[in-house]
Amino acid sequence: MLTQLTHGIATMTRRRALAATAGLVLGLAASSPFAPAQAADDTIKVGILHSLSGTMAISETTLKDTILFLIDEQNKKGGVLGKKLEPVVVDPASNWPLFAEKARELITKDKVAVVFGCWTSVSRKSVLPVFKELNNILFYPVQYEGEESERNVFYTGAAPNQQAIPAVDYLMKEEKVKRWVLAGTDYVYPRTTNKILEAYLKSKGVAQDDIMINYTPFGHSDWQTIVADIKKFGSAGKKTAVVSTINGDANVPFYKELGNQGIKATDIPVVAFSVGEEELAGIDTKPLLGHLAAWNYFESIKTPANEKFIKEWQAYTKNPKRVTNDPMEAHYIGFNMWVKAVEKVKSTDPDKVIDALPGIEAPNLTGGVSKMLPNHHITKPVFIGEIKGNGQFDVVWKTPGLVAGDAWSKELEGSKDLIGDWVGKKCGNYNTKTNKCGGQGS
Amino acid sequence: MPALAGPFEDSVAKFANDEFSDTEAAIGEVAASGNALAPRIIGALQDGRLSADPDSKKVFITQTDGKIVDATTGAAVDKLPDNAAAVRLNNRLRRTVEAALGGLTLLSSDPAKRLAAAQSVFKSHEENLLPTVESALAKESVKPIKQAFAEARAAIILFKSDASDSDKLDAVAVVKARGDQEALALLTGLGDQPPLVAKAAASAVSSIQSNLAMWSMVQNAWYGLSLGSVLLLAAIGLAITFGVMGVINMAHGEMVMIGAYTTFVVQEVIRTRYPALFDYSLLIAVPLAFLVAGLIGVVIERTIIRFLYGRPLETLLATWGLSLVLQQAVRTAFGPTNREVGNPSWMSGAFELGQITITYNRLWILCFTLAVFAILLAMLRYTALGLEMRAVTQNRRMAASMGIATSRVDALTFGLGSGIAGIAGVALSQIDNVSPNLGQSYIIDSFMVVVFGGVGNLWGTLVGAFTLGIANKFLEPVAGAVLGKIAILVLIILFIQKRPRGLFALKGRAVEA
Repeated sequence: MLTQLTHGIATMTRRRALAATAGLVLGLAASSPFAPAQAADDTIKVGILHSLSGTMAISETTLKDTILFLIDEQNKKGGVLGKKLEPVVVDPASNWPLFAEKARELITKDKVAVVFGCWTSVSRKSVLPVFKELNNILFYPVQYEGEESERNVFYTGAAPNQQAIPAVDYLMKEEKVKRWVLAGTDYVYPRTTNKILEAYLKSKGVAQDDIMINYTPFGHSDWQTIVADIKKFGSAGKKTAVVSTINGDANVPFYKELGNQGIKATDIPVVAFSVGEEELAGIDTKPLLGHLAAWNYFESIKTPANEKFIKEWQAYTKNPKRVTNDPMEAHYIGFNMWVKAVEKVKSTDPDKVIDALPGIEAPNLTGGVSKMLPNHHITKPVFIGEIKGNGQFDVVWKTPGLVAGDAWSKELEGSKDLIGDWVGKKCGNYNTKTNKCGGQGS
Repeated sequence: MPALAGPFEDSVAKFANDEFSDTEAAIGEVAASGNALAPRIIGALQDGRLSADPDSKKVFITQTDGKIVDATTGAAVDKLPDNAAAVRLNNRLRRTVEAALGGLTLLSSDPAKRLAAAQSVFKSHEENLLPTVESALAKESVKPIKQAFAEARAAIILFKSDASDSDKLDAVAVVKARGDQEALALLTGLGDQPPLVAKAAASAVSSIQSNLAMWSMVQNAWYGLSLGSVLLLAAIGLAITFGVMGVINMAHGEMVMIGAYTTFVVQEVIRTRYPALFDYSLLIAVPLAFLVAGLIGVVIERTIIRFLYGRPLETLLATWGLSLVLQQAVRTAFGPTNREVGNPSWMSGAFELGQITITYNRLWILCFTLAVFAILLAMLRYTALGLEMRAVTQNRRMAASMGIATSRVDALTFGLGSGIAGIAGVALSQIDNVSPNLGQSYIIDSFMVVVFGGVGNLWGTLVGAFTLGIANKFLEPVAGAVLGKIAILVLIILFIQKRPRGLFALKGRAVEA
């Protein structure tokens, strides 16, 4: 009932906004009769589908600003195909069904050429049918659980083999970790990632007794018992580490409890996959010194491209303290790839752009060049960073080169024979054993 | 590399290479050098005060008083070279540093340093430190530190391959007497031992384990009390607006959030203007949060709720809408991201009580909650306003006939409930995120506590909150956090079936009103 109600409120405000815009357009039309028609022809519309209210606003608002910033920069360079880019921002309000409605609105009403959006996997899953039905393009910038490759979606965040597996490898080699706590929030991303990690750890000879898996509800704030359990699990005489897929908001009380109970990174390091510069902005990081995060980008990485990006971003947001993070870089790469693809085919027609995107290369902010792969994932470097006292990360390890994203995990029984290939096989779940399209998934 | 005077200088210069392997080698060599500057170098490295210039390979110590000295000579330097950067560490190196520093500061004159050194040696149990530990043990006069040295010595002996069986058996006994999780970790990680020692160690492990299992019951009870105090704090304002007044106030959580944001604003002002007052920031925030949230409560009551008395469904919808409005207003004003509310020094850290860790922030919140509860109870019982509140909620028409301005009392009661929610926000800002969504996570729990405890009864809310907290914490280790929460909800549903009016039901005419 509550959902319907929000929807009602949303449509009502939309109608009012429409009326207001109509008035504005009429006013403009009166002064220069050709203006609206010209505007429609002269711009390419870019949809931005990120929550600006509700629980996910904390993470997604920044991504909306990022795309606005990138569009602004591109327009300063003259736009794309001689046309200016025009952002269309909608607010799906952290409400999963509303994501699908807003996506439909962007594509059918605003006629956008491409959409940048979504954060949670459930929001991505909810807009998928819309993008398939209306044949448009979605760039998805967040690390996710994998096990998906869709023709209309381009995944610029990390797949599990670009974040989780290298992080575990690092702990095994550098920290000689023998016992593992897999702690996560109870939803699809942590559950799938932990399933992959559990299979991977067992393949490396870790015994079942040395793996502890723990799930907590969204927004969990009382971590006393779990932190005490971790402490107990860690006192079995073997080096122990925590692999955390705890989602955004719940991290702050988790880290506070770790600090207060005196668990230091030198005793039991925690490596997190959802904690970045933004999340740390809300806590005093001194007690967290040395805890780890695995990402494909850190703000502290010193490359000319990154320094330029940070400078321009802080100038654009007029906030010299505004941090940057990994999903922002994913949008940066994705946006530039889309621009290159459009310029290559000289059209914004989704079919042409989708076919042109695999193989397109765009520089990332850490000194490499990322490439769009036939499975619609990209190549990225993987970095392990340790939390510093100032809320930033110190990179302590990185992969020697770029890692290609696997749409389907090689560790899981159901997906190890599957590949996504939208160039040769025209199939998102091609089974290399049976040579047939359509294994597991869609 | 430029030619340098001697091996100590060579070792120190390795810090400037910005390679973890070189830094590790440098730590080992410097610690073993016996140079008088070694403890200062390693200590500075641990605190991030050691900087190196990659070009000249010079290394500098920034002392705690801000003065800078050359690490190889100890000579004062005016300022750091421009391209000097702090020497980087990772976790492995931090452990190396701790162990090295432990060895170097065992004989320090500062008792706190000696204790820390003894503890780090207990963890690292480096064999070559045995003579130093033994001499430190012989010299030590402070009892707890002597104990720590004895434990460190035992740890080293247990890992020493050529120690005699009887020495090792004594060592097992010492570690067993320590009896905590670190002792357990040490004993379970022993590896190959002579059969007699292995047997003694195994029996020590099982005795420590059973002892710890007993302590874990105590620990669960403490965690339960602590969770209960948070629940009580969040629910106590609702016990007034919902419990006493009967208003289904979905915006209650947002009052908590506003209290937390008030704390944030207070801390910001203190940080920029009066940094010395930081430890008092919470004390200053409490009355302010009460006033801000209370005032907003009064405004809400006057402008919205007073038109909706006796229409629960409309109140529910209106206050729910209001909660969205308040959230978005805060989001617009302060931004969607978390705001940092610092912990004053007396709220950080923990102390050990037997084998359980009690964190100060939880302890203070428990005390604070009980204080708020007692004050509220006294207020309702002994003040004129309290009397009027009870009169109005028990029989509005009769109270009006006696000359009580009922609508004024309504506004004040709602303001009081909201103000207390604001106070709760101050405390919750210490353990949770300060974000616009802060209140949402507490609203369901608060209603659960009030309904379970019995609507209209403050004591019911108290007992309800602690019962739910303790039950939750005893279920959590068995069932997990998610299932534990579900189990609690199911139990409450069953309980409400049996006793629809909660634990402490009001009797008499108030029930029918």
